[in-house]
Amino acid sequence: MRGTNALLGAAGLAVFLALGEAVPRLGLVKDEYFPPTSRIADALATELADEAFWTALGDTLTGWALGLTIAVTAGILAGVLISVTPYLRAATASTIEFLRPIPSVALIPLAVLLFGTDLRSVLLLVVYASFWQVLIQVMYGVRDVDPVAEETARSYGLGTWARIRHVLWPSALPYVMTGVRLAATVALILAVTAELVIGAPGLGARIAVAQTSQAVPEMYALVVVTGLLGLLINVGARTVERRALSWHQSVRGEVAV
Amino acid sequence: MKGLLPRLSVAVALPALLVALWWLASDDNTDIYWPSLRTILTTFPDVWTGERWRDDVLPSLLRLSAGYACAAVAGVALGTVIGSYRRVRAVCEPVLEFLRAVPPPVLVPVIMLFAGIGDTMKIAVIASGCVWPILLNTVEGVRAVDSVMSETARSYDITGVARLRHVVLPSASPQIFAGLRQALSIGIILMVISEMFAASNGLGFTVVQFQRGFAIPEMWTGILLLGLLGFVLSVVFRLVERRVLGWYHGLRDVSRRSS
Repeated sequence: MRGTNALLGAAGLAVFLALGEAVPRLGLVKDEYFPPTSRIADALATELADEAFWTALGDTLTGWALGLTIAVTAGILAGVLISVTPYLRAATASTIEFLRPIPSVALIPLAVLLFGTDLRSVLLLVVYASFWQVLIQVMYGVRDVDPVAEETARSYGLGTWARIRHVLWPSALPYVMTGVRLAATVALILAVTAELVIGAPGLGARIAVAQTSQAVPEMYALVVVTGLLGLLINVGARTVERRALSWHQSVRGEVAV
Repeated sequence: MKGLLPRLSVAVALPALLVALWWLASDDNTDIYWPSLRTILTTFPDVWTGERWRDDVLPSLLRLSAGYACAAVAGVALGTVIGSYRRVRAVCEPVLEFLRAVPPPVLVPVIMLFAGIGDTMKIAVIASGCVWPILLNTVEGVRAVDSVMSETARSYDITGVARLRHVVLPSASPQIFAGLRQALSIGIILMVISEMFAASNGLGFTVVQFQRGFAIPEMWTGILLLGLLGFVLSVVFRLVERRVLGWYHGLRDVSRRSS
């Protein structure tokens, strides 16, 4: 069953690539707009041999990883703190609901003004966008803690810290992991966006340069690289999630993304 | 916290405090990057009324809704087809996973090649970025239709359009809405970015224009407006969702209370 699915999937991928080759060759689309697969693959190979490409990839990954780490740490700390103090939760609810939907790209002009094309510009956008994903999930997770377990821990005289460590954290972990997975994707989108629009060094900036210099196959090759990167991050996040929750594989009302 | 008044005051307290702090902290600020809130708020009505509203905000909103609508129709239609047939799903899955993983903003330069820098480009960018969460969530939702329900429908000879309308789409709708919600925030991002890249009007264009011209208070009003826009759209979305999915939330509350 699994084998057939993989086979069908590979066939689908092959058809997709073949179409990408055939459509421009048959003249259905001008090949200066949409170069055939083989030419994109060529450009990709040239890119891979170029040292500047690897620097750009490293820059993008640095922005992504640093921003994600900051956002996840801050999101978890703030989320737990807000959730365990009912007082804070009531007071912050409206503020969170208001700040969350603010599109992070609105901060682009501010980032440019403050930090120019620095890494800090990228971090500002990445952290702002991914922080909410983690925070909201942590808050859902803490709310979902079984009240019986909570009361039991209380009656055994566990202190606040021990309750957070042994009751609250394990039951909120599935939600936290979903939040981290969502944040990982969002962080990549915002890192590349910041590079593309602001011009901070990285893959996005390389795409912008390829576009302005009419290097169409290179541009497609770089787009493919960002897609592969996104795919890797997705798969990686899912693996981490499965590892961290190997003791807990029940399907908690997780939003499929 | 039972009455409306105490609840309202709790909700308003922190935002009011933060705004007050911002106001006080920035009031005698001379740093040009952080103009005082008083200046920003007095500039706001001058900047965003009349002409600019008609020439920049309205076109942006129209492009956003056009792109979002295209994505919603295409995503739900394709998703239903792909989700209904196991083999089609297996063939398409890897390609779809890859296409979804491409960060949507990199589509702006690609689509610019095909569609120039006009409205078509922006609508295409918005649509092509928004379509993936909707499409994939629809596929998942359609796939997860309760088998008892679909068997029952079959034994009552409910097929074709009726089956789609009364069995498949309603039971997939919570998932479809989850996709639509994600697509909304992607849509706003893409609307702003496509205008920052190449445009002669629109919200994103104007805000960048202010920043480049060092019209800092004006730029701040633009940021505030974008924030407000995101907030208002998410409230509208929640109202629509509550209306359409009212039966589902009710059902979930009941089952949660009984468990």
